[in-house]
Amino acid sequence: MSRIAQRFAELKAQHRTALIPFVTAGDPGPATTVPLMHALVQAGADIIELGVPFSDPMADGPVIQRATERALAQGVRLADVLELVRTFREQDTATPVVLMGYLNPIERMGYTAFAERAQAADVDGALIVDVPPEEGHELVTTLKTHGLDLVYLLAPTSTDDRIRRIGSVASGFVYYVSVKGVTGAGHLDTADVAAHLARIRAAVDLPVGVGFGIKDAATAARVAEVADAVIVGSALVERIEALAATPEHIPDSIGSFLASLRTAIDGARVAAL
Amino acid sequence: MAINAEMRQADSLADNQPYDLPDATGHFGPYGGLFVPETLMHPLEELRLAYEQCQADPNFQAEMDADLRDYVGRPSPLYHAERWSRELGGAQIYLKREDLNHTGAHKVNNTIGQALLAKRMGKTRIIAETGAGQHGVASATVAARLGLECVVYMGEVDVARQEANVYRMRLLGARVVPVTSGSRTLKDALNEAMRDWVTNIDDTFYIIGTVAGPHPYPMMVRDFQTVIGREARAQMLERTGHLPDALVACVGGGSNAIGLFYPFIGDSDVAIYGVEAGGEGIATGHHAAPLCAGRPGVLHGNRTYLMEDDNGQIIETHSISAGLDYPGVGPEHAWLKDSGRAQYVSITDDEALAAFHHLTRTEGIIPALESSHALAYAHKLAPTLRPDQTLLVNLSGRGDKDMHTVARHDGLVL
Repeated sequence: MSRIAQRFAELKAQHRTALIPFVTAGDPGPATTVPLMHALVQAGADIIELGVPFSDPMADGPVIQRATERALAQGVRLADVLELVRTFREQDTATPVVLMGYLNPIERMGYTAFAERAQAADVDGALIVDVPPEEGHELVTTLKTHGLDLVYLLAPTSTDDRIRRIGSVASGFVYYVSVKGVTGAGHLDTADVAAHLARIRAAVDLPVGVGFGIKDAATAARVAEVADAVIVGSALVERIEALAATPEHIPDSIGSFLASLRTAIDGARVAAL
Repeated sequence: MAINAEMRQADSLADNQPYDLPDATGHFGPYGGLFVPETLMHPLEELRLAYEQCQADPNFQAEMDADLRDYVGRPSPLYHAERWSRELGGAQIYLKREDLNHTGAHKVNNTIGQALLAKRMGKTRIIAETGAGQHGVASATVAARLGLECVVYMGEVDVARQEANVYRMRLLGARVVPVTSGSRTLKDALNEAMRDWVTNIDDTFYIIGTVAGPHPYPMMVRDFQTVIGREARAQMLERTGHLPDALVACVGGGSNAIGLFYPFIGDSDVAIYGVEAGGEGIATGHHAAPLCAGRPGVLHGNRTYLMEDDNGQIIETHSISAGLDYPGVGPEHAWLKDSGRAQYVSITDDEALAAFHHLTRTEGIIPALESSHALAYAHKLAPTLRPDQTLLVNLSGRGDKDMHTVARHDGLVL
């Protein structure tokens, strides 16, 4: 069983919803990332999603675009992100880490080289935003051969056929994009999310995380009632941006914000029982 | 009257070519495809189906042909540049006059088609990206005519250097949104338009201006632009009794080029040359010539040749012509390059400027700086051919928009 599957199994046994923070690797500088990852775990993160900077992040809103630009300006590339994960693993071998990014840096490194290096760094999975299953056969095969989970997005526009197809290639979990839009978009409608999740669960035998539009403890708690995992990205990255000039404060400050989400999520699940 | 319809028919009779790309999933060999976030997958499928329906619908084709004739002014003339040809002492050069189209370039052939499609799909809002502003103007133009809301994304850098076109778009009722992310040029405008589309997918149609982007855009934009090559092929046959010996067109994303090339792909005696922007010279790295000096990768929804660094990050490009200043290229060009059917070459800023001045003085035609790249290559190629041979150059746009750039280069301020 993969580390991600195991983590979800444990949470399920405890009737808890997973909390998955997203941060961009190397934002605002590479020295911040590993201490921040540890702080996230301390604050209750179950899985960490680490953004791999790319020059043209077409699925991301302004907050994560700017994070990407800060990281790229510091020279943080895919190889550096793998090195950051390896460093994180020196102290934490329990928390699953999923890389989230775009295909081109992986193409340039080569699928096999990437899979080998990710495996060596003890990465658990990857979510490549611009690779639908139609284009991903070789990538999926290569990554799975190296023990990596391939997380896929599902969207409000996904048809039942697409949901089934994605369910058949995804592993670890699937990530439901709760709104039509880019990362950091607003207007999360919990009832609508719940209806879509029912449709997804009927076709996909994997945990379902929900992200995009989770801004605070209240939205996190609402989503926790229906999802297997709450994914929060832009709300964290926005706070990181505000502290970019004093990066030494980032791990503590982001950690306490995440802890408030953890409390809200756990409270919601208890209330729902 | 139905000249385009006739040509279409004549063309399908003329070529028994095996070339039939893209395949059902949008691939040209290893290139093209659909590399987009999940939210866009189903909308792109809907777009493909709607487009196929329109293609099969004689009413849509009739409406399109009427618009191209009465609104755009097609067919565009084929002009024999006799004085220039004589001076070079080689092949006879013919210019396909896309510069005489309404709005001043080939771009409108595509926006007419996509806007009609948008209307059929019941979309009320159109968005577009633009570099030099020609596609933005062509989109704003058709939006005004059809009464559709129009938003044009344009890099902040381009907004500053293409002020006149920005004003034209605003006059036409479009909202021009300056894009401040990344390198603040065309590629970033495309990213921003994609983000808008993902967010407003229900009522919005994204008119991509070139043969790039995810399937079906490279195919659809090509189809709308092949009116150039269909007309030119018939015009050459009528005028000279022969097909041309060679075709020349500039390639940024490559829509004017594929529009000219496509109906000739099966004519193996016709040499095909695509001309990329060599900027300050390929060796300097300051250029926009991915086919000449890049390598395959994935950007903006398709696999194609790209300008990228060793880490797969897209790098900034340079060209004197904003319309060629793009780090990717249409996937069909990538395939035509690899298959050897077309050759891709580059022309520097200085060579393009020289050709700009030369055509202006020799033939009394002021070409766009983009098209000047094709002219500059024709200038090199013609003398290597015999006077009884012919060269067909796509004069894709007129140079009015480039007055400030050229004047600045000559040390003047207008």
